[in-house]
Amino acid sequence: MENSRRSFLKLAGISAIGLGTKPVLDAFASSEAHGEKHGPEIFPNQEALTAKRWAMVIDTRKFESEADLDPIIEACNKIHNVPKFKEKRHEIDWIWVDEFKHVFTDLEHEFVDDRLKHLPFLVLCNHCENPACVRACPTKATFQREDGIVLMDFHRCIGCRFCMAACPYGSRSFNFRDPRPFIKEENKAFPTRMKGVVEKCNFCAERLAVGKMPACVEASNGAIVVGDLHDPDSEVRELLKNNYTIRRKTHLGAGPAIYYIV
Amino acid sequence: MLELAFKGGKKYWGLIIGLLVLMGIAFGFWLWQLSFGLGITGMSRDVSWGFYIAQFTFLVGVAAGGVMVVLPYYLHDYKAFGRITILGEFLAIAAVIMCLMFIIADLGQPMRAINVIFYPTPGSILFWDMIVLNGYLLLNIIVGWNVLEAERNNIKYPGWVKALAIFSIVWAPLIHTVTAYLYCGLPGRGFWLTAILAPRFLASAFAAGPALLILLSLIIRRVTKFDPGREQIQSLAKIVTYAIIINVFFFLCEVFVVFYSRIPSHMDHIKYLFVGLHGHSALVPWMWTSILFMVTSIILLVIPATRKNEAVLAFACVILFIGTWIDKGMGMISGGFVPNPLHHVVEYVPTIPELIITLGIWATGFFILTILFKIAVTVKEEVSGV
Ligand code: SF4
Ligand code: SF4
Repeated sequence: MENSRRSFLKLAGISAIGLGTKPVLDAFASSEAHGEKHGPEIFPNQEALTAKRWAMVIDTRKFESEADLDPIIEACNKIHNVPKFKEKRHEIDWIWVDEFKHVFTDLEHEFVDDRLKHLPFLVLCNHCENPACVRACPTKATFQREDGIVLMDFHRCIGCRFCMAACPYGSRSFNFRDPRPFIKEENKAFPTRMKGVVEKCNFCAERLAVGKMPACVEASNGAIVVGDLHDPDSEVRELLKNNYTIRRKTHLGAGPAIYYIV
Repeated sequence: MLELAFKGGKKYWGLIIGLLVLMGIAFGFWLWQLSFGLGITGMSRDVSWGFYIAQFTFLVGVAAGGVMVVLPYYLHDYKAFGRITILGEFLAIAAVIMCLMFIIADLGQPMRAINVIFYPTPGSILFWDMIVLNGYLLLNIIVGWNVLEAERNNIKYPGWVKALAIFSIVWAPLIHTVTAYLYCGLPGRGFWLTAILAPRFLASAFAAGPALLILLSLIIRRVTKFDPGREQIQSLAKIVTYAIIINVFFFLCEVFVVFYSRIPSHMDHIKYLFVGLHGHSALVPWMWTSILFMVTSIILLVIPATRKNEAVLAFACVILFIGTWIDKGMGMISGGFVPNPLHHVVEYVPTIPELIITLGIWATGFFILTILFKIAVTVKEEVSGV
């Protein structure tokens, strides 16, 4: 408890520096200029990356083997303090790999081509348009932002795991025990979690907020691209226009925001 | 009336102390779970609900099943059940308390449970489940207690109690319907994604709940001077018969739809449970035992000669109870998680600490039930002057 509070404060402090300093000055400046008094206002960080609807395109043609994917997964794990357990049962995954037949259960068939059959695919939270996890959560600890990113409030989550049953993609993990002793190298800029709460990929919301691309994107040598689905000129739209893409379990109507070029 | 719980014979105290010991041991294990986390259980990110939630589901059924003695009395003026409605109500109280305890045991952060009220989220079925369960508990406490108090004082219970009793009759199916909705509205879990789930839950509830009541009635007759009555037991037996037949029928409907349509995401779970999937078959013997027990109980209950024989009836009720318990308390929850959304077969087996905590909660339920039944039976003995 102590620990998580501290990390949370740390994060809050950092975001305050990122989000706060300049806008606070702006607020002062503007109130002086107009000569009227008003309460504190919150302005978004000017550097923040924003979108109407975030989406990700993964170009699987640029990957050959798991060795290409490991650095990407490592980058995410490191930045987000994802623990590594010996016990399979306690495993926590934000982004991981699986085979075509497991990732695209409804597209799989016996004669799928050799490349796809053996290619490892990245899997992560789909930041669904209609997220079943958000619907299920009884405390709004899991919620969807206006830009489509599905986030978790680790301090509100009661650990009922209804969201895990609801997610049709198996994207969520639960802290079956205190994760902290199992974090190789703690990133002080991101909160560690405590036992008994659920977690998952957060689309690097904390990085977008300070103008950085998600960690996986940075580590992917251009194979992963994120951008605004509602902006016809965005890079993701460009990729979607020119390539055939697939998404996971589209028949469920969840509207996954992760697109795969195969 | 509570003082009645403190006067009892050796056997009564033996039972009470035995249950307290079990509760104490389980409490110790629960403290361990609190400090270590749910990692002491067999659950994983693939099978994220296990034994606790399964017991919860089964016991919601038992609680709802109690209504089957209350309903005929209040709605059909079936006088014979007047003697035993209190048993149904008190059983419901004990069962709902067990349900709530299982939920708490299953939470990763039980101290934060109150967040469900701080941040009410009507879109979440869990929110409604909390309301219907606590509401049902309250209704049964109020109605049960007042009816018994009135009986003790030799007066008729006030009209508002009857109104609440009727309200609780409507409420009872709700608790199990809402509990079924927890599961059947989830996309991507083919095993639960079926409209028959809530009706199936209700049918098995109306079989298991009254079957337990029959057994409890038989025990009460043996160990106390109060006889719940032969006619009452036989009427309950008929209710149980219809309910268990409907339960099996609903299950067969599901099997037909699933296997005739041959949609893998629906088929694979039932395959896993009954024949095993990709070499994993931990639950197969259990599931067939469940079917065998349910079918045998149907045969014994349908034939009037065997149903009317109380020894055979008791046997039928025992295997029916075990059969429905395996069906819901073991198969229903892990069955929905295996295979997982990525179609991996990751099996779940409860751990010893998990089983002990489970046993402790059952013991708590029986502790509450023993005390409540003791009070009820003593009042009955008092008024009949034996
Ligand atoms: S993939 Fe799962 S966890 Fe992610 S938004 Fe969709 S339902 Fe929620
Ligand atoms: S485990 Fe946490 S995030 Fe998931 S549904 Fe429960 S309260 Fe919400």
